[in-house]
Amino acid sequence: MSKSYLEAGETHCAIGHPKSVFWQWMLTIDHKRIGLMYAAVIFTFFFVAVFVALTMRIELFAPGAQILDGDTFNQAFTLHGVIMIFLFIIPGVPAVFGNIVMPLMIGAKDVSFPRLNWFTFWLYIFGALIALSSLWTGEGFADTGWTFYAPYSLNTNTNVITTLVAAFVLGMASILTGLNFLVTIHRLRAPGMDFFKMPLFVWGIYATAWIQLLATPVVGITLVLAILEKVFGIGIFDPSKGGDPVLFEHLFWIYSHPAVYLMILPAFGIMSEIIPTFSRREVFGYRTIALSSASIAGIGYLVWGHHLFTSGMSDLAKTIFSFLTFFVAIPTGIKFYDWVATMYKGQIHMTTPMLWALGTMVTFVIGGLTGVTIAMIGADIHLQDTYYTVAHFHYAMLGGVVFLLFAGLHYWFPLMFGRMYNEKHAKRAFWFNFIGFNMLWFPMFIAGYLGMPRRYFDYLPEFQIYHQISFFGALVFITGLIYMFTVLISAIKKGEKVGPNHWNATTLEWHLPSAPPPLENHSKVPYVDFRPYEYHHGDPVVKFNYETMQRID
Amino acid sequence: MSHEEHGHEYVPEIATARDGKQYEVQGWQGDFYGGKLGFWLFMLTEVMMFGAMFLTLTYYFSLHHDDFIEASSEFSVLLGGTNTVVLLISALTMGLGLLKMRAGDVKGAKLMIYATMILALVFLAIKGVEWTEDYHDGVFLGLPALQAGNPDSRPLGEILFFGMYFTMTGLHGFHIILGIGLMLWLLKRINAGKVTPEHHILHFNIALYWDLVHLIWVFVFPYFYMIGAGHGH
Repeated sequence: MSKSYLEAGETHCAIGHPKSVFWQWMLTIDHKRIGLMYAAVIFTFFFVAVFVALTMRIELFAPGAQILDGDTFNQAFTLHGVIMIFLFIIPGVPAVFGNIVMPLMIGAKDVSFPRLNWFTFWLYIFGALIALSSLWTGEGFADTGWTFYAPYSLNTNTNVITTLVAAFVLGMASILTGLNFLVTIHRLRAPGMDFFKMPLFVWGIYATAWIQLLATPVVGITLVLAILEKVFGIGIFDPSKGGDPVLFEHLFWIYSHPAVYLMILPAFGIMSEIIPTFSRREVFGYRTIALSSASIAGIGYLVWGHHLFTSGMSDLAKTIFSFLTFFVAIPTGIKFYDWVATMYKGQIHMTTPMLWALGTMVTFVIGGLTGVTIAMIGADIHLQDTYYTVAHFHYAMLGGVVFLLFAGLHYWFPLMFGRMYNEKHAKRAFWFNFIGFNMLWFPMFIAGYLGMPRRYFDYLPEFQIYHQISFFGALVFITGLIYMFTVLISAIKKGEKVGPNHWNATTLEWHLPSAPPPLENHSKVPYVDFRPYEYHHGDPVVKFNYETMQRID
Repeated sequence: MSHEEHGHEYVPEIATARDGKQYEVQGWQGDFYGGKLGFWLFMLTEVMMFGAMFLTLTYYFSLHHDDFIEASSEFSVLLGGTNTVVLLISALTMGLGLLKMRAGDVKGAKLMIYATMILALVFLAIKGVEWTEDYHDGVFLGLPALQAGNPDSRPLGEILFFGMYFTMTGLHGFHIILGIGLMLWLLKRINAGKVTPEHHILHFNIALYWDLVHLIWVFVFPYFYMIGAGHGH
């Protein structure tokens, strides 16, 4: 039995061979350990942002000021947005599972540039520290919203510059992660594994990596220009100085809209792993799922203008952006039909990851289709910057990306730790989350449709009932989150020990010699002459001798 | 852990197919093409970054056409042109150095890297002269002429033009300085025997970087120096 990658000494380090376990973690270049460290950090930030959101919910429990004044409320939603977007959901799935699972899935020993991977993690930490430092210095955290729209962001005295610098540094970390993964997927696939034999999660990571690489520099330089504008006042985005604030919005969304596909594509990849595994069927329409990831990444570049329908754009441009936004829904629809068709006549195993995946199908369909309604120019004029939009993107991001991230946590948990959590409790936690989530966000569609604007700390009395339902939903949801993480964290040490392929899955990350895997993954690199999800009468077709990694079926 | 630190060569693993055919497995160690691909991708991010700035510049050129032409005509095409030639020659020396390295002529390669570094310093010196002159003329980031709303301020379009000029040439100059640092590091690695004709990925990538630096300049030069050439002054 090989030693687990979690044991002391079982790692390669960026510098030297430290004796202390602490430094072995700090300097590790092992993709699995780096992924775990990302997980620890991003979920910590996730909870910080959740509690900031809860504070806002408490404030909104009744009209008028309760516990926050208006300015603090502005800082609170900016802090919530900045943490959730830049520190949690953008690194999110790629940083955690792209690191831990993707190299295992393609039969690699590590990513292409393990030292760069180590550097990237610490760049991310550095960026996070810069962002947080602005909480306690100067005029306090930025109050612009996470979008930093000019000209307000240029004129406010809060710490916008610090936050912009942080976003730039975090963007660099994101670019380097994407670069590393692109090269890894191109160069380190096991012999025989062509692109159409890769697991679909790898396709998701691949499409995402291109977005990270090509879109992030645009927002990076936009933030730099905004910083220069604030320092030197040369007028780039300031209309009073001959500049154009709408240009900022364009440049910002050229990145930030593809960024939502950057978040969702690897999450869809997780769905594409879970559905065939627990339907015990080969995935339906493998190529269409793979290519729809690629086409979402491509078309997703061309839809940013739908954020600017009310900002001043020509009618022709609006029409084109509206059309393209409808168009990007098509590959997403293809994926959903493929997943449903995969389950049809399958032997469905209702495990916790499957439950999360199915729950996401409900929530993401609501999030996705409400997105199509606000892609209509006419409807958007009414719904722009209302709670309808807020509910839409939380259904898509939280009910899509984060739910699937949780699904992935439950799915790959036995792989990462070689232990199993208590499924009864984990399923119960799912129901808390699912019910709380819907109770929290669904009333916002109605409130928004009736005219409740987003980012307001006060409101008319007729909206009170929706805010109160949301508040109780938030309590249920947070209970569910704490419950879920308690179940998972307690299982890291105390869970029942399980073998390397707990779910009877087919992809390469489940064909490791031991659970948790050893430092350099597979005992030998296999030759891949099979498709990723081959089941026959509910049993995996491909079997390996885990010592030699030769097929024995 | 790279093979260097373990003191033995990295031996690629073999994967065996069911028909007994053997395939060499590509590891992350010593992956020349992977290193190349990674750096090409990195260059792509630089193109996107400068691309966004050129987009901004083009848009403001359409908004403030006459101001841009007027401001541009103040630049010395001679100095800018000399710098363009200097940078193009440095690209040549960099390329020749890489060819010499590949051909096994390490000494020749080092000479060419030194030549490239000297040309880069010449470029920076000329750039420094230009910026100093601008500063003495009162045209610099933060000076009153480039701040809207005071008696000395230039027209808004000119402020934008000069603002973008200092931003973009500043960022480009930063890349030049970074390039000189990279070349110093490269020389150190060559002297230490870590970069050799057989293992020259670092040299390749730094040469690629230098090509990008001069490529950007080839667009910066006409956009700032040439659009107003021949207009007054």
